[in-house]
Amino acid sequence: MNISMELLRNFSSVGAGASREFSYPFTRKTKQRQLSFVYLSRTSYSFKSCSATLSLTAEVEEKPKLDVDKAALLARELRKTFNSGRTTNYEWRMSQLKSIEKMLEEKENDITEALYKDLSKPGLEAFVAEISQVKSSCKLALKELSRWMIPEKVKTSLTTYPSSAEIVSEPLGVVLVISTWNFPFLLSLDPVIGAISAGNAVVLKPSEISPATSLLLSNLVEEYLDQSAIRVVEGSVDETTALLEQKWDKILYTGSARVGRIVMAAAAKHLTPVILELGGKCPSVVDSNINLQVAVRRIIYGKWACNNGQACIGVDYIITTKDFAPKLIDALRYELEQFFGKDPMESKDMSRIVSSSHFARLASLMDDDLVSDKIVLGGQRDVNQLKIAPTILLDVPEDAQIMQEEIFGPLMPILTVEKLEDSFKIIQSKPKPLAAYLFTDDEQLKKNFVQNISSGGMLINDTILHVATDGLPFGGVGESGMGSYHGKFSFDAFSHKKAVLYRSFNADASIRYPPYTTQKQRLLKAVINGDIVSLILALIGR
Amino acid sequence: METWRDLERDLEDMREYYRHGKTKEASWRKSQLKGLLTLLKEKEGDIFKALKQDLGKHHVEAFRDEIGTLTKTVNTALESLKDWMSSKTAKLPRIALQTSAEIVPEPLGLVLIISSWNFPFGLSLEPMIGALAAGNTVVLKPSELAPACASLLANAISTYLDNKAVKVIQGGPSVGEQLLQQRWDKIFFTGSAHVGRIVMSAAVKHLTPVTLELGGKCPAVLDSLSSSWDMKVELMKNIIKEMFGENPKESHSIARIINKQHLLRLKNLLKDPHVDASIVYGGSVDEDNLFIEPTILVDPPLQAAIMTDEVFGPLLPIITLEKIEDSVQFINSRPKALAIYCFTKNKTLQRMMISETSSGSVTFNDTIIQYAADTLPFGGVGESGFGRYHGKFSFDTFSHEKAITRRSFLTDLWFRFPPWNNYKLQLLESAFNYDYLGLVLVILGLKRHRQRSAGI
Repeated sequence: MNISMELLRNFSSVGAGASREFSYPFTRKTKQRQLSFVYLSRTSYSFKSCSATLSLTAEVEEKPKLDVDKAALLARELRKTFNSGRTTNYEWRMSQLKSIEKMLEEKENDITEALYKDLSKPGLEAFVAEISQVKSSCKLALKELSRWMIPEKVKTSLTTYPSSAEIVSEPLGVVLVISTWNFPFLLSLDPVIGAISAGNAVVLKPSEISPATSLLLSNLVEEYLDQSAIRVVEGSVDETTALLEQKWDKILYTGSARVGRIVMAAAAKHLTPVILELGGKCPSVVDSNINLQVAVRRIIYGKWACNNGQACIGVDYIITTKDFAPKLIDALRYELEQFFGKDPMESKDMSRIVSSSHFARLASLMDDDLVSDKIVLGGQRDVNQLKIAPTILLDVPEDAQIMQEEIFGPLMPILTVEKLEDSFKIIQSKPKPLAAYLFTDDEQLKKNFVQNISSGGMLINDTILHVATDGLPFGGVGESGMGSYHGKFSFDAFSHKKAVLYRSFNADASIRYPPYTTQKQRLLKAVINGDIVSLILALIGR
Repeated sequence: METWRDLERDLEDMREYYRHGKTKEASWRKSQLKGLLTLLKEKEGDIFKALKQDLGKHHVEAFRDEIGTLTKTVNTALESLKDWMSSKTAKLPRIALQTSAEIVPEPLGLVLIISSWNFPFGLSLEPMIGALAAGNTVVLKPSELAPACASLLANAISTYLDNKAVKVIQGGPSVGEQLLQQRWDKIFFTGSAHVGRIVMSAAVKHLTPVTLELGGKCPAVLDSLSSSWDMKVELMKNIIKEMFGENPKESHSIARIINKQHLLRLKNLLKDPHVDASIVYGGSVDEDNLFIEPTILVDPPLQAAIMTDEVFGPLLPIITLEKIEDSVQFINSRPKALAIYCFTKNKTLQRMMISETSSGSVTFNDTIIQYAADTLPFGGVGESGFGRYHGKFSFDTFSHEKAITRRSFLTDLWFRFPPWNNYKLQLLESAFNYDYLGLVLVILGLKRHRQRSAGI
């Protein structure tokens, strides 16, 4: 039995991602079974036309699921490629990067469409936040790779004289990149670009919660890149588990702390080093001595205009003084209307919530008894469209759930304090976040903030932008993660920095060999300390 | 011996002390480093005694490998501290008007250092120097297999360093396990791969970053260099006699095996009759005195334990190959080692060694000495570990490099805010390409735009 045209039409109108439960009876060969939408992301369709019934039918070819054996096979295959030396040479790396560049040019529309399907992401946001970032990452690697690959010469001292030394960057081998759903394109390709530029073979596992992008990545990588060294594995928990059983030379994981622990535990079995890009509650401290309009625009940009709050570096909550809060809320109200119109639920410029389970989670945060009466703006929601309006809550209690977990949505608690310095204690009482923001003109406050608040990165008087800077490492600390990447840091993240020391056969200092004597000890002292004067004195017997 | 509750309370006190910010000050860090310097100077005699007791190490060897190198490291740290602590400016593109970016190193907090018994002072204090220079509070757990050294470390550190910030906790595996259950901001471990896995698995609970300095079978590739292998073996025998005398056991210049368990392990490596048959020098074992003489074997069977496990003792197998280039494949068929040594004048072989093998480090025409080079990172890859230290790398390993960007209110790229339209898209495209001319053209309305898909 084949799927009829009717069902196909229904399917194509489903643009809302994995949130829709879509099931239909379907017969393949002689079996009847129910398929849910999740599986469809791993299927491909081939069309047959039948002139007798004048209908178009589709046959579903399911791609084989990846189990532990297949994962082992995949890892072995890629390791073979790596061991052959194919990925190590400069030309191969450049060719892959150039192909990625070409892919971004040619498939930009497909990428934007997939992001819209998965997240209702406005095209401009898709361009700014994802596509252009990947483009510039690729461009930088293409421009700088030859320089990055040069061994770094280092100085040597009297201790090892005569000698010369250098640090050589070499690929780690076969690496695994596990990415997430909120910036599914960027957070998949950016690390992959780093891995390729460092000369590794790569397996990418995109998130199943953004299935259109996952499928697109799978197809694009197959079309544009070297299959013997770069592969995409789609799927969810089972596939990820199968992959994590294998030995990788490095794993870069972007996602939640809970799954980050699972990844690190699996990596420990193979002594695999990991980079964990996690999240946290990124605070924004707002002073009163600022250009309010600009600050508020930048805060909105860092929350609702950035995947509608679903960003690891998005502003999670605001801290400001009791006196300033009303002014701040008014300014936010005004600018939100400028950005999204009178009814934000109708605005095309706002992303939706990614899935019904996340929607339910956010709804319960809002409905919590402790906070439901603290809403001062917004609160509207539409479960069918998976949209929640920009919502501001004032002075929620510390023990409310909304202050205990990363919000990852369009809810913005504003906490008020007597003096702004009191905000430090609040931030320090929580796990270290991925980013911390401060809006102020007070130089001393800026200094104190930098000195006393620990976070992955910091931005004064703006939000989000610091991660678009190639010269800065992007990564967390404490609960927000370990390791970093972006720019040259990506190349370094996927390289082993091998120390190489060249010694000459001339001038062998027998002072370091047994039999040991006091005279030798004196000479050793001088040599090890690099102290020429003591050396001379020791030589002449003092 | 600390109880669990005492331990948790002590650690909380240390975290509180860290939160007060004292350890972040440059003056505090300098005082601790100076304290270590004084410790090494004043306690030199006691340190030699402890090493002699635990390992039978001659004091000049102890100086060369532990005290001497530690002194050098502390001096380097004192000299370079200001530079290491300073923030580094990051380059920004021109479009980032009135924006500054820098990377600021900050301490991680409370760190745990677990060291090994073979260089009990070196492997405890080298990482500690980095941790203190980086402004952290430190707990050190030295190896219980070198007890005299462990207790000397505990006493000396409580005398010479800030008690509220640096503690030594002695004990065996059960104490280690207890410590691993606590929350640390970093764990630095030196030891075996087996325990390394346990450490990393325990670190998962609190998402603690770890550095694992493990081991491996470090090969020395010996090129012909004008003599055949049997001549080389003869030469080796002569030099061993030169260094250790006719009867090495009587020489005070050679260390003992650490304990009975390791001695028996090494003895067992020689038990296999094929392995025994390949011994060309030495081989005698004195169980009572924990002594094994320098032993050379030629071509023992490759599947024997002596060729699959890290030897960690005075047995040196020599493997002969047809061509020296075959050594590359030989090395690559085994787990990545902490170090590869290669003795050759052949520049092609040198290049092959570097580019076709992978290891923590490669040293040409010498051994061990890379440990003393401050400008080279010391650490493994693959089975030999990950992370690195020595010199500035120690400071970095115990720091978080915080990225900081500062913006002004005066200029704003207004086209990055919704509501969205095509004009903004064009401006953004030019901006991201650093296409300043294009930017001007778009503003003047002179640039045609590309068709883009729906969603805008």
